[in-house]
Amino acid sequence: MATILNAKIPEGNISEKWTNHKFNMKLINPANKRKYQIIVVGTGLAGASAAASLGELGYNVSAFTYHDSARRAHSIAAQGGINAAKNYQNDGDSVYRLFYDTVKGGDYRSREANVYRLAEVSGNIMDQCVAQGVPFAREYGGLLDNRSFGGAQVSRTFYAKGQTGQQLLLGAYSALSRQVGKEKVKLHTHKEMLELVVVDGIAKGIITRDLLTGEIESHSAHAVILATGGYANVYFLSTNAMNCNTTAIWRAHKKGALFANPCFTQIHPTCLPVHGEGQSKLTLMSESLRNDGRVWVSKIKKDMREPNDIPEEERDYYLERKYPSFGNLSPRDISSRSAKEVVDDGRGVKGGEAVYLDFRDAINRLGKNAIEEKYGNLFEIYETITGDNPYNMPMKIYPAPHYTMGGLWVDYNLMSTIPGLFVLGEANFSDHGANRLGASALMQGLADGYFVIPYTIGNYLASDKPELIPADHDQFKKDKSGIEDLTKKLISINGKHTVDELHKKLGRIMWNKVGMARNEKRLNEAIDEIRNLREEFWKNVKVVGSAEGLNQTLERAGRVADYLELGELMAYDALERKESCGGHFREEYQTEDGEALRDDQNYSYVSAWEFKELGKWEHHKEPLEFEYVKLATRSYK
Amino acid sequence: MSDGRINLKLKIWKQSGPNFPGSFADFEVQVSPDASFLEMLDELNNDLESKGLEPVAFESDCREGICGTCGLVINGQPHGPIPKIATCQLHMRNFKDEDTIWVEPFRAKAFPVVKDLIVKRSAFDKIMYAGGFVSVNTGGVPDANAILIPKEKAAESFDAAACIGCGACVAACKNASAMLFVSAKVSQFALLPQGQPERYERVQKMVKVMDDLGFGSCTNTYACEAECPKGISVRNIARMNRDYFVAKVKSANLEVEV
Repeated sequence: MATILNAKIPEGNISEKWTNHKFNMKLINPANKRKYQIIVVGTGLAGASAAASLGELGYNVSAFTYHDSARRAHSIAAQGGINAAKNYQNDGDSVYRLFYDTVKGGDYRSREANVYRLAEVSGNIMDQCVAQGVPFAREYGGLLDNRSFGGAQVSRTFYAKGQTGQQLLLGAYSALSRQVGKEKVKLHTHKEMLELVVVDGIAKGIITRDLLTGEIESHSAHAVILATGGYANVYFLSTNAMNCNTTAIWRAHKKGALFANPCFTQIHPTCLPVHGEGQSKLTLMSESLRNDGRVWVSKIKKDMREPNDIPEEERDYYLERKYPSFGNLSPRDISSRSAKEVVDDGRGVKGGEAVYLDFRDAINRLGKNAIEEKYGNLFEIYETITGDNPYNMPMKIYPAPHYTMGGLWVDYNLMSTIPGLFVLGEANFSDHGANRLGASALMQGLADGYFVIPYTIGNYLASDKPELIPADHDQFKKDKSGIEDLTKKLISINGKHTVDELHKKLGRIMWNKVGMARNEKRLNEAIDEIRNLREEFWKNVKVVGSAEGLNQTLERAGRVADYLELGELMAYDALERKESCGGHFREEYQTEDGEALRDDQNYSYVSAWEFKELGKWEHHKEPLEFEYVKLATRSYK
Repeated sequence: MSDGRINLKLKIWKQSGPNFPGSFADFEVQVSPDASFLEMLDELNNDLESKGLEPVAFESDCREGICGTCGLVINGQPHGPIPKIATCQLHMRNFKDEDTIWVEPFRAKAFPVVKDLIVKRSAFDKIMYAGGFVSVNTGGVPDANAILIPKEKAAESFDAAACIGCGACVAACKNASAMLFVSAKVSQFALLPQGQPERYERVQKMVKVMDDLGFGSCTNTYACEAECPKGISVRNIARMNRDYFVAKVKSANLEVEV
């Protein structure tokens, strides 16, 4: 029987848990902090904020990124904003409401205590970023401005035009730069983590490949932090950046870290539709557009008319029709699935895979200038990519993989099932349940990095007193040669299929069978197909070039090899969860009107998978208890 | 043309490493006009790889014009012929069937070529390490709304902060000057109350490192602004020069150690 995981949630009332825990945790004397080495992998919002904050505290930090600079991480592309329960708008917001909205938005599959802490520190994040000089949007009186986002009825989203992620990341990168300048953080660029080193069950370091020289290197530390983002690129086409990958967390998983809720993936409703086979990447259009844009399709199947020729009475504003209280601002999972429904019904744009996002009424009501001021840069992006002008012609949008709520399992301290291995941001599973609300990813990344890990890692170091293992220890040597062998193997196969061809094939299986709507039959097919494809990969992949020096094909090959294992686990997890919740929609489990049918009786738990051998996992559960937010059918009607 | 696809001749810079000579290599591609420029290169590379040939090395990441990773000189212009976009946002509908396209890396003394179209831009980061921040630690800061900032000041600061650190300004400048990049960061903070305490120290530190790293001087040609994918204004350079001058006048002794 499966083990019950211990989340180490502190005692007490939910509003006091974090405060009490902070008091009860052990501290490290300021003079002793410099005796500790900490590795941080990834320099996005979570990684950069963690590395900077730990450096400020006095720890010796080594930060790693595969980019040429810490500023390139994909957090930079987040557009819309960041939530904080400041209640500056006097519209009834509070820490409790943000907590409530996030648990409900996550379809009751997240851990209450973590979510409450996230809401609790959300205000501190805003204070911190403003103090760093992040230029947020402001009102005429000089105060911060807010906008609304999906899944909330208050305005709590702070923003910097459509480039909030960029400004927050540059803020964290600035703080990190300051520590690099002071030599408290040693920054390793162009280095990709390929293995976690575990000695006697405890995380002791990592193995990296220098992407410029090809050198495989060992790095040891008292603790390792992974902040390496999500795995939506398993679908090949997603809104993730080209280099986003699962390798760091996947290899840690294979070293013993349990992987939680891998099937919880977010398909974002407002992305640009696919243009053709040569496409490498999908572009997101900020959810903030749904503040003023109305989503619709024709009431007629395969309507070949131009959108502006379709009269008002023949348009179906399906989100407003189905969800009158939230309308176009319904949460992402619901909006995406509704788009799929109308497209499956043959009512997509000209019978294809797209729906309209229309600003005509907003332009008539507020004037073109007001719309331009709010969304000008997003409209320009749209026109650059598609060649259509959204002021005259509705945008065409369609859902695309965007974010993964699943990730490595962590306890309340953000420590994985491997002692000494901490996981932050999108790479962990902790706060968003089965669906993440808009503007909450930035909040979580920075909460973990600025305000959680600086406390909890100190407690680990002070209580567990881990030893530093030298980087020439046998386990490091063994793992290093393992990676060297893997690299050689990838290059020596020299088969018939390029890495991209195989990745595209995997992406199609995942999108069609482990995508927006899943069922038992297709999930089983997906498992078979992924296994076959994995076999084909190891027989027939073609990686040109050598292991020495820069080899981008080799980098991609290693990542795709990991996706070919993760994809199978995602299908397993989706198969095991015989209910529909958030981004996980099982066709067998729906209400009469096609809404997700959750099964709290049997599935109110976190699924955490332990890697046994290739294609074999043991299933563990963390039961979820809802003491504060009453379990209810999630309704946005 | 077939199925609306266009045929193109490519002349792409190939260079195996920083200490090797480079040259242009010829390629031919057929591509959908809806594809982006980098998707065109992806297709080319996939073709090369399937033939067992080495692909063209180029860097990119977000493909949305915000991470600043990509950067090619296309037909002599950094980020190509369309103003105010990054290379990844350039689409093939801007080219005609049978066009010849020249593709080169960003060239500057401070940006050595790593391979083919990839250059090393760590010099930008080194300038940031010297002073591109407000010295506040995590925690212990005032409430976010305790600092009032006029809307237009915040907007002006944002416009400077929108820099993506791609290096097109350096590649566009005949002197390979980094003044637009450095002045954008200096201005972001100089325009905000949070940046005032370190305003004059910051500008001196950042300019010193910039000079040490081999970037050229600014001769006001404004090529940087013209090629900047984010439209960063040269007024930032004027502001930085003013601050630098004030810093020097304020105290001849304020020379800072870096």
